[in-house]
Amino acid sequence: MQQTLLSLRNVSKQFDGKTVLDALDLDIRDGEFLTLLGPSGCGKTTLLRLLGGFEHPDSGTLTLSGQDITDLPPEQRPLNTVFQQYALFPHMTVFDNVAYGLKMEKRPRDEIRQRVTEALALVQLEDFAGRKPHQLSGGQQQRVAIARAVVKRPKLLLLDEPLSALDYKLRRTMQIELKRLQRELGITFVFVTHDQEEALSMSDRVVVLKDGRVQHLGTPREIYERPANLFTARFVGETNFFPGRLTEVTDTSITVAIFGLSRTLRRPTFPVTVGQEVHVLLRPEDIRVLEPSDDHGFVGHVIERNYKGSTLDSLIRLENGLEILASEFFDEDDPTFDYRLGEPVRVSWVDGWEWLLPEERDEAEVLNDDINAEAPASDA
Amino acid sequence: MSRWLPKVYLALVYGLLYLPILVLVVFSFNRSRTGYSWDGLSLHWYQSLFNNHAMVQAMWNSLWLALAAATVSTLIGALTALALHRYRFRGKRVLNGMLFVVMMSPEIVLAISLLALFLLVGLQLGFVSLLLAHVTFCLPFVVITVMARLSGFDERLPEAARDLGASEFTMTRTVLIPVIAPALLAGWLLGFTLSLDDVVVSTFVSGPSYEILPLRIYSMVRVGLKPEVNALGTLLLVCSLMMLMLSQWILTRSKR
Amino acid sequence: MHNSHRQPFRTAVLVLVWGWLLVLVLAPNLLVVGTSVLTRDPLSFLSLPLTLENYARLIDPLYLEVFLHSLYMAAVTTVCCLVIGYPFAWALSRLSKRQQTLLIFLLIVPFWTNSLVRTYALKLLLATNGLINNGLLAIGLIDEPLTLLYTELAVIIGLVYLLLPFMILPLYSVFEDLRDELLLASHDLGAGRWPTFIHVVVPLTLPGVLAGVLLVLLPAMGLFFVADILGGSRNLLVGNVIKSQFLDARDWPFGAAASVLLTAAMALLLFAHRLSRRRLGEEAEV
Repeated sequence: MQQTLLSLRNVSKQFDGKTVLDALDLDIRDGEFLTLLGPSGCGKTTLLRLLGGFEHPDSGTLTLSGQDITDLPPEQRPLNTVFQQYALFPHMTVFDNVAYGLKMEKRPRDEIRQRVTEALALVQLEDFAGRKPHQLSGGQQQRVAIARAVVKRPKLLLLDEPLSALDYKLRRTMQIELKRLQRELGITFVFVTHDQEEALSMSDRVVVLKDGRVQHLGTPREIYERPANLFTARFVGETNFFPGRLTEVTDTSITVAIFGLSRTLRRPTFPVTVGQEVHVLLRPEDIRVLEPSDDHGFVGHVIERNYKGSTLDSLIRLENGLEILASEFFDEDDPTFDYRLGEPVRVSWVDGWEWLLPEERDEAEVLNDDINAEAPASDA
Repeated sequence: MSRWLPKVYLALVYGLLYLPILVLVVFSFNRSRTGYSWDGLSLHWYQSLFNNHAMVQAMWNSLWLALAAATVSTLIGALTALALHRYRFRGKRVLNGMLFVVMMSPEIVLAISLLALFLLVGLQLGFVSLLLAHVTFCLPFVVITVMARLSGFDERLPEAARDLGASEFTMTRTVLIPVIAPALLAGWLLGFTLSLDDVVVSTFVSGPSYEILPLRIYSMVRVGLKPEVNALGTLLLVCSLMMLMLSQWILTRSKR
Repeated sequence: MHNSHRQPFRTAVLVLVWGWLLVLVLAPNLLVVGTSVLTRDPLSFLSLPLTLENYARLIDPLYLEVFLHSLYMAAVTTVCCLVIGYPFAWALSRLSKRQQTLLIFLLIVPFWTNSLVRTYALKLLLATNGLINNGLLAIGLIDEPLTLLYTELAVIIGLVYLLLPFMILPLYSVFEDLRDELLLASHDLGAGRWPTFIHVVVPLTLPGVLAGVLLVLLPAMGLFFVADILGGSRNLLVGNVIKSQFLDARDWPFGAAASVLLTAAMALLLFAHRLSRRRLGEEAEV
């Protein structure tokens, strides 16, 4: 299971002088569900197209099960793609679409018939074999595209934002469907998306990409709870950033001054020295909102409140202007639990729930802008 | 604006556009020799048209030329459209621009430039020179027709075929050509008609060895009135009307 | 993309297309430009001394008069096409989709019909004892036949008749894109019918107007057979001059210079068209 199926070494790609992939290294494990996640323009689609053979890297190598496939054209690669807009052949029936790849392999007719029927059964479209693509709904077209790709039993299935054209409910259904398929077929999936929720819920591992570089490679839990850098922390989920300065360092702990208050935290894994600036990261669900009479925590007041069904999201402005997002579950003992706008509160967290990252110079400004821009204004 | 005024206006313009054609058709069945007054119904001019050997020969010549020009320009035009749609290559904008300029330039400019070329390389003016010239001016129209069809389809189709194991050639045969087939036919019909209709370019690049219909008509109508032309014009009208209807039918039927 | 040596098919296509365009479009046009600066030679058509004299002769009063007259007729033709075509395209674009399809079809039928034959059909109407004169005489509007054929008017009628669809089609395509909501928005913001026309309709349809002008003005100077059939000897087009220089007078350098002039006019119009499209934020490509 942990064997490497495909590895990229030092892969670079430029378009018109613009670097899209920058000396990328990546190992894709056999049988895993790997997701490439990143904002548009991060290089995730280009990476997928390189794997598919539709682009050729400017430098670097691609190795599949020990064989160098860098120069192989798409038709000779033992992997298949599910395209974003499905790319079903409009002049062929569903059956002929799925059979196309097998015909290219010059399989006997009986075998083709049998395997196509199986593949259509797998995506529950047995009864639609005679239809043309334009007679199908979006979700059905999506299933045909998947059947067409998996019927060839590829070692690796590439999926280029396959769910982005579907509406929300259908997308949820297809996410579960895709996971089921991957389990049943045992094929390695490389999945491209810009939807972080989708990435976290479906993947074994996630690659966070930005500017053609890997920002973080890890399990969904690692990515969310222990992001490798500020970009990952900001891109995946909502995060509160408290700027701090180290005032004391011991073997196991550090003391950080945040807005004049001092807190002693567990020592992080990166090297630390006294005087260094760090970010203390807290997910909104890890924030505790306290009574103003409490003796610890930062003083502030509620400026927005958003009812989210199972949680209540509050935006709290601290005395120094920093805005903090807190997401609290409704308390069964107190069904009327709520805040008034302007209500004074204190903000804190449970020791050990924080995550520390060192200051990154070029990242700092962007970050501050972003926090302000992310003030929830969605309660329309 | 009242509701009927625009419709009356449209009807008026269409009336003026079709009046000369209508007159031509009606007079082709006229017995009169002068062509101005109505002397009763007759198929006389159709008869005399088909008894004119030079005329019939020119018709055949034109037909062959149009068939060849339409076929060659469709072939090259389709390949060009595919290359423009599918490949990134250096000079793509220049290629695009050249096709645009060919389509926009006055025919006479194209005509004399080709004449100059043919004389320079010592090409005998005749079928070959006519064919080369006709293919050249038909080319941009075929390219545009095919490009329009291609742009309506998912640009990932060719990649999907490659991904499933088709070579570039097999992909073209099994996916691209079937997808653009209606546009190929429409482009072919357009090329056929353009070739059959051309006067300006043919005037320059044809030689005595290969007389074609438009030039024959031209020499007939320069002076006076020739009632045979009425009959011939009616036949050509019916011919192009049928071809146009065919191409429209094919294009709308395959719109989906 | 792969390097070209891995895609023989792609290479073959590009070589064929480029070859065709370079040999049959670029090379011939360069030849014409070259010819236009050579000297006429009775024996071999052309001889060496490079000269700009051919261009100087273009403004020789003898030819200049013909050119200006041709330009004048082409301009009148263009204006007529625009005046007829603009409201026509607008009215057409307001009809139901089904009606539009049918009427566009009817508009291109003549385009698919032999233009010589159609020019000849006009002759039937315009001749001294043709249908128009006979009709007018019969209803007593005139006493003796009007001279319509072999006049400037006949040439202009012929050109408008042949070229009108080329004005209407680009206009129709811009009117088709003109959303009703834009007009409603303009009215909603307090503009009356006339201000809406000036500030909204005209700017948005300008690229169509220029495309139409491009497709009408230049051919209107080149379609020599129209002048031949309908115009007589005094109403020549630039096309007639070029044709006679090449086929009769055998003065190729001069004919080539006249042709370069037409090409330059086309370049100018293309440039204007591109500018107008760019102003609306569209890329002017084929």
